Amino acid sequence: MNVSPDLDRRFREAAFALDLVDLGFDVVDSPIGPLFLAASARGLAAISYDVEPDEQLERLVRIAGPAVLRSPSSVDAARRELDEYFEGRRRTFDLSLDLRALPPFTVSVLRELARVPYGETTTYGALAARVGRPRAARAVGTVMNRNRIPIVLPCHRVVGAGGDLVGYAGGLERKIALLELEGAL
Amino acid sequence: MLTNARLHALAGMMNAVSIPPFEHFYEQHRVEVLRVLRRRLGTERADDAFQETFLRALRAYRRLEHGEHLRAWVLTIAQNVALDALRRAKPTAELVESGAEDARPAYEELAALTDGLPPKERAAVVLRYGYDLSYEQIAAALGSSQDAARQATSTGVRRLRRSVSP
Repeated sequence: MNVSPDLDRRFREAAFALDLVDLGFDVVDSPIGPLFLAASARGLAAISYDVEPDEQLERLVRIAGPAVLRSPSSVDAARRELDEYFEGRRRTFDLSLDLRALPPFTVSVLRELARVPYGETTTYGALAARVGRPRAARAVGTVMNRNRIPIVLPCHRVVGAGGDLVGYAGGLERKIALLELEGAL
Repeated sequence: MLTNARLHALAGMMNAVSIPPFEHFYEQHRVEVLRVLRRRLGTERADDAFQETFLRALRAYRRLEHGEHLRAWVLTIAQNVALDALRRAKPTAELVESGAEDARPAYEELAALTDGLPPKERAAVVLRYGYDLSYEQIAAALGSSQDAARQATSTGVRRLRRSVSP
């Protein structure tokens, strides 16, 4: 005996509609592979290329508490804006973000990162200088590597001092695809 | 001193009592909950009760203090939801009898589990985990202090644990 997809869907929708879900997630398709999205009432909290959600969920509980449930409605706004982005119809995201549980340095770096324009690139060192820590390029690299909300917080636009792409938590081919989409390569 | 082995044991204990993401809890128990509800209410009415059970559980989930006995907890909620549904559907006099006769394994299991506890501990455990009352509410119901209510609940749970594990 199984819980029918319809019954399952009705429960998840009701839970979201009644505002009982602290953090909702879903896996959506994109041209660079499936994406795990998670959002709270405060905003988008995570995007991950790792769509096996078990470890993600444990991490999300630490951000938002245990009321974490797969609920497609909770990531509707993010799904819509990402679709527009991948179709080339959106250059900036209007989503609010949930940056809870991140250290202050990380938050200040991510805020500067959010200002790097579509279609342009910057370097780890330049970003470090913009948060007033010109010698912290390596630390900025670590923040990029652990970026909880890639794509929307565009760590793919950050490259090495010599212009080489260096690396990307989601794999270099995704970084290339995103920069090509934006016309930066 | 905290040796590696002790740290490992401590981490294990903390994992055991930590509250899992609701998604995992739901996936783990939904089939059994639906089965229990179908037995009590029939296939047609079980769907609404299923949704109500997990909505009640989700509403209370944020206030749980640990992740133990989650199966017993959700089956108790399901039993309460089923009783409410039967109560709505039948005249009260019939209900008492049929409720007692219809008692099914999950409920019996719970009733049997707490049966051996001293009355105050039993009441505290049932109010806490069956009805999800706060310690403040339990204290009011038992006419004791909050500390005493908390104490009775944890002593009851410890006693239960001893009685179910060899």
